[in-house]
Amino acid sequence: MERRLKMANKKESTFISMVLTLFLVTFIASAALCYLYELTKGPIAASKLAKLNTAIMQVVPEFDNAPGEESFKIDVDGGTLEFFPARKNGELIGTAVSTFTNNGFSGNFKIMVGFLPDGTIHNISVLEHKETPGLGDKMQKNKSDWSVQFNGKNPVDFKLKVTKDGGDVDAITASTISSRAFCDAVDRAYKAYMEGGQK
Amino acid sequence: MSQWKNFSKGFFKENAVFVLFLGLCPTLGVTTSAINGLGMGLATTFVLTMSNLVVSLVKSQIPDKVRIPSFIVIIASFVTMVELLMQAYVPALFEQLGLFIPLIVVNCVVLGRAEAFASKNNVISSIIDGLGMGLGFAFALTILGGVREILGSGSIFGFKFIQGDGMLVFVLAPGAFIALGYLIVLVNKINKKTA
Repeated sequence: MERRLKMANKKESTFISMVLTLFLVTFIASAALCYLYELTKGPIAASKLAKLNTAIMQVVPEFDNAPGEESFKIDVDGGTLEFFPARKNGELIGTAVSTFTNNGFSGNFKIMVGFLPDGTIHNISVLEHKETPGLGDKMQKNKSDWSVQFNGKNPVDFKLKVTKDGGDVDAITASTISSRAFCDAVDRAYKAYMEGGQK
Repeated sequence: MSQWKNFSKGFFKENAVFVLFLGLCPTLGVTTSAINGLGMGLATTFVLTMSNLVVSLVKSQIPDKVRIPSFIVIIASFVTMVELLMQAYVPALFEQLGLFIPLIVVNCVVLGRAEAFASKNNVISSIIDGLGMGLGFAFALTILGGVREILGSGSIFGFKFIQGDGMLVFVLAPGAFIALGYLIVLVNKINKKTA
């Protein structure tokens, strides 16, 4: 009984009613999304900035400027490196470089390398990666101390290659490919930094 | 059917994951840890409840021939809302779930409930159905995520209780299938007993 009543109430599928319904549904949906987009724009930008700042803070000495606002980009090897100069009292004390490699075990990954003005590596943090859990992901600081070996080394006398390839970097056990890719990313950042990244 | 039955069917009798086998893509994809499963489940619950509510409100105004596109637009709007809100207020969780949030749109549980339940029932029943099915989905994902996290990384909700790595296969894709398979056996056994 109830069902038959409902069927009778149902709008018929005529051309006009279908067009009108779809128009109204999409119109109301877009209006609601517009409003919410405006509402969340501020907080989203703020949380992105906070994330960037923590990533920079981890890899360079203490600074008092806003590296995110002074950032500049350099294109190399088909990708883009982003430089974040960190200053204290107006003087350059280090630069955080967001760099990448395409040679990871599961494609590309991104890391942030902090250089002191003379090119010495201060610290490195991993931004995003898809390497194998338990093996390649040991490059993350919270998984193992592997990447600490780069800290305080200057690539002038520290060859950015794994020992197997005649370099000075001890590879992660069973993750030579990830380790090589990591060195590749650091090396790319270092070269670009020495060729005009010091601003 | 009483409203309590309507609500509780989502947990065991008609559980989206363990019994209906709907929405398996996010189920297998995000459940590397209990917290990821719970986050994904709650996001889906929100979308499911809201879309059920709206669909059942407008059901008599929508001509039959355009009902699927209309439902999809409604669902997609709520998914985009969840995405924006998570990005703004829980960025850490959003980063973990990332790609899978927009994919809620094509989660068959959501459209399935809109089409099979909300478009035929009143508003109150539809909301309760959405809540029940959604929380049942969240429950399944949390259990699966918990099992995989305990076996795979030796922790639960991020608290580590054994040092080093666990059985890593459970964090990887094959582990998702293995763990889900055994959980389905278990749930079927429980359902058989109570039925």
